[in-house]
Amino acid sequence: MRLNPFSRKQKDRAVPGSMRGVKRDEEIRRTVFTRRAIMYGAVQLGLFGFLASRLYQLQVVEGNRFATLAEENRVSARLIGAPRGRITDRTGALVAGNRLNWRALLVAEQTADVHATLETFSRIIPLTDNERARVDRELRRRRRFVPTIVREFLSWEEMAHIEVNAPDLPGILIDVGTTRQYPEGENLAHMVGYVAPPSDRDLGSDPILQLPGARVGRAGVERFHENILRGRAGSVQLEVNATGRIIRELDRREGVPGQDIEISIDAELQRSVRGKIEDGTSVVIMNARNGELLAMASNPSFDPNIFNSGVSAAQWRQWTAGRSTPLINKATNGLYAPGSTFKMVVGLAGLEARVVGPGDRISCPGHLDFGDSRFHCWNRSGHGALDMRAAIKNSCDVYFYEVARRVGINRIAAMARRFGLGVDLEIDLPGVRRGLAPTREWREAQGKAWNIGDTIVHGIGQGFYLFTPLAICTMTARLATGRAVQPHLTRSIGGRPVRGGRPEDWPSLGIPDRDLRLQREAMWAAVNEAGGTASLAKLPGNLGMMSGKTGTTQVRRVTREQRERGFNVQNLPREWRPHALFVGYAPHDNPLYAVAVVVEHGTAGGAAAAPLARDVMVETFNRFRVIS
Amino acid sequence: MSITFEKRLLTRNREHKLLEKLWRVPWVFVLLLIAVAGVGYVALYSAGSGNPDLYATKHALRFAFCLVMALCIGLIDIKVIYRLSWPLYGISLALLVLVAVRGQVGKGAQRWVDLGPIQLQPSEMMKIALVALLAAWFARATWKKIGNVFFLVPAMLLVFVPAGLIFRQPNLGTSLITVAVGGVMFWVAGVRWWKFGLAIGAAASAVPIVYANLRDYQRARISTFFDPENDPLGAGYNIIQSKIALGSGGIWGKGFLGGTQGHLNFLPEKQTDFIFTMIAEEFGFVGAMATLGLLMLVVLFCIYAGFMCKNHFGRLLCFGIGANYFFYIFVNIAMVTGSIPVGGVPLPLISHGGSAMLTVMLGFGLVMSAYVHRHADLGPARE
Repeated sequence: MRLNPFSRKQKDRAVPGSMRGVKRDEEIRRTVFTRRAIMYGAVQLGLFGFLASRLYQLQVVEGNRFATLAEENRVSARLIGAPRGRITDRTGALVAGNRLNWRALLVAEQTADVHATLETFSRIIPLTDNERARVDRELRRRRRFVPTIVREFLSWEEMAHIEVNAPDLPGILIDVGTTRQYPEGENLAHMVGYVAPPSDRDLGSDPILQLPGARVGRAGVERFHENILRGRAGSVQLEVNATGRIIRELDRREGVPGQDIEISIDAELQRSVRGKIEDGTSVVIMNARNGELLAMASNPSFDPNIFNSGVSAAQWRQWTAGRSTPLINKATNGLYAPGSTFKMVVGLAGLEARVVGPGDRISCPGHLDFGDSRFHCWNRSGHGALDMRAAIKNSCDVYFYEVARRVGINRIAAMARRFGLGVDLEIDLPGVRRGLAPTREWREAQGKAWNIGDTIVHGIGQGFYLFTPLAICTMTARLATGRAVQPHLTRSIGGRPVRGGRPEDWPSLGIPDRDLRLQREAMWAAVNEAGGTASLAKLPGNLGMMSGKTGTTQVRRVTREQRERGFNVQNLPREWRPHALFVGYAPHDNPLYAVAVVVEHGTAGGAAAAPLARDVMVETFNRFRVIS
Repeated sequence: MSITFEKRLLTRNREHKLLEKLWRVPWVFVLLLIAVAGVGYVALYSAGSGNPDLYATKHALRFAFCLVMALCIGLIDIKVIYRLSWPLYGISLALLVLVAVRGQVGKGAQRWVDLGPIQLQPSEMMKIALVALLAAWFARATWKKIGNVFFLVPAMLLVFVPAGLIFRQPNLGTSLITVAVGGVMFWVAGVRWWKFGLAIGAAASAVPIVYANLRDYQRARISTFFDPENDPLGAGYNIIQSKIALGSGGIWGKGFLGGTQGHLNFLPEKQTDFIFTMIAEEFGFVGAMATLGLLMLVVLFCIYAGFMCKNHFGRLLCFGIGANYFFYIFVNIAMVTGSIPVGGVPLPLISHGGSAMLTVMLGFGLVMSAYVHRHADLGPARE
């Protein structure tokens, strides 16, 4: 190397200024440039070589692996549905199951023209405009490889037509899925609920809902236990070539079926109870010891199977128009004033507050005057002097006006809440209403004052009180057992009993046994002693004795003029007549069953509700003698 | 004899001079560029799923415009370009500052300045301006001066000020390419080895500071690069899908318009950053290597043009422009093959998008000018 630009000597030799120096300098720069440029070019070529080697590695060496990955990519994973859990009643009878359902599906990515395929399909099996609109909508919101249902519940004949025309129907495939079936129909609809196709919001939450025919619980147990019943989707990874032919299964993960649920209702008992009641009546029968609901009837009802294939507009109008409201379970969502059935709670509040003793007598002249107002007893001539037992037996109003006046509304409300009234019950059903047990503060929050007169009216279960028949039945069971039982439907999940089946699972109410016994004695007297207001509820033969209490709650206020003219409820139009209530339990000495009956516009608890309760209780005894 | 002929030409009237210049234009290079753009047209035709109106036609029109522009620049005297290098740099820097102050925000970064009909990415422009300015900076410096620290430090500032501004946008990829292009200029100008060692050492110690200033998505890119399977549907998705699409092309590819991954939209941004993956999937290893070879020829021509230049400015200019395009190619293809973190660097002349093509063709225009005026003398080196 004659010319070394890196040696100091040569650098010194480049004398600035002189022509020779400039030339020399230019030479050095050029030589350095050439040397550096070649090195730089070599590095560039090396990096190009690196890129080429990467391409070789990815495309030639690992090409097959990536080709498989690309194929998998294209197919993605296919979901395998998992059957929804079944629901049975306490005898094991199926109340919600799955039925085979042959259906025609359309996979958008397997046809060149979705609309042409649908057009051909509807020439074979006519599709209504509504169906076309639904298919279009679902095609738009699902991914292209997820099948969409074109038509469900195909007959053999229809399937044969589709199979014959298969070459003209690219993208159409026949598949068997399941659909929800409710063998009991409207008998258990209010408790079991129903399923319906998932909404847009549901779709994102769980891949299983993307599957055609997926259903989501929309009411009742189906909704409350949705996560238990639904199960988890499995998936299968299929190696599929470009024409869609399955070459082999690469991986398979089975789905997890939903768990079966046993509910505490007895479908037979429910059926016979529903047979006894008119529209507008609701009956709740509960195992008083553990809160299991044995029957809960609310007429009219609806057929949950209709929701499966979509509810027509006409059907929906029929359900929602008018006053009959079949979709609403009056036993859990109907709100009624408890009337005289509430008097035991008032009595207990009085005893606990020591404003009245068990033997203290209060005189009933037929009315109570307070300030300018006069509060009437149902018995215009008065009951005379009564203790608490006689006051409940005769359902004396004046006695409880006076007790309520002494106790005050807030202590009554507190006692009501201990009996499950005006609080959220821990029931395993969605949408159960809480009801209302007013307090002074509640009224004041509305900007109104609470008067003593209000308290007096609330002493006989009138006024602002609003409770569901379910809550009133819960109150009865708690009176009967002294335990804070919660009403519930679920007996076992996946074969494992749930907590709450044993009486010891429920805590004591913490009310002195002496006080409770007094109420029970009084309720026994109301049914079984001569002159009791609920004597029509007396059980026949050797079934044991029922204890109970009637209630009659005004729908409209009776005015003074009406009273003076000789008021008779029988002359009122039906929807103005009072509701008739009865609560009771049996047997008196060893309570097993609690019952609550609400007959809308039944006029009088003793006449309309008590005999019905008796029949229902007899039926319950008979039924459980058969089961056990 | 030849010298007298040359002199005679220079004295000829303007028209003949223009013809002579046109004759000297490196038409082989022009053909190379047309071939590269043609590959881009084919790839974009496929990326548009056979619909040329989507990307391909626009690409062709844009390239035609840029090619005419490059040829015009190629006819501009190299001395004029030499004198324009400072204003060009100044304008670019001003645009960078402008975009930093009030730029259009896209994909979480301030990169664009809206100039009415065209949207310009000043960072692209800056790289060309930086090459031109550094070429001018070193062109007439004596060998002794190049060794002088007081001569080198301002030159380094010329690199790091715009690089910093681009980094702040934030655009890590382009900022690193700017520094790398500047480094190549220093390198071919003859700056000593140990000075590079020092600079690289300083840069390495600055890495933690830079990392602390990275945006979350930039850090995500780096961390998913090291473990892309960790987050297959998140930030690692692009890398995995690109490798799958590229690898599944195999040796011969899936055929024109036959790339499943690209057409089923598994491949993200297939018309811009991942256009090379599209080519590799449809034309296989053979097609990818052919494209890579074509791109390499473009870079090699820049080196060749540099060697042919009699003046130092032209040499350095050709090398810098070539290096700029090389870094585009290297970063983009390394990115789509999962070799470096995804950096949002397009493959100019092939990718859809105007800003990168415009500036790259501007650079190639400068190379043409250097080549056309390769015999020009810009005067002796000065102390």
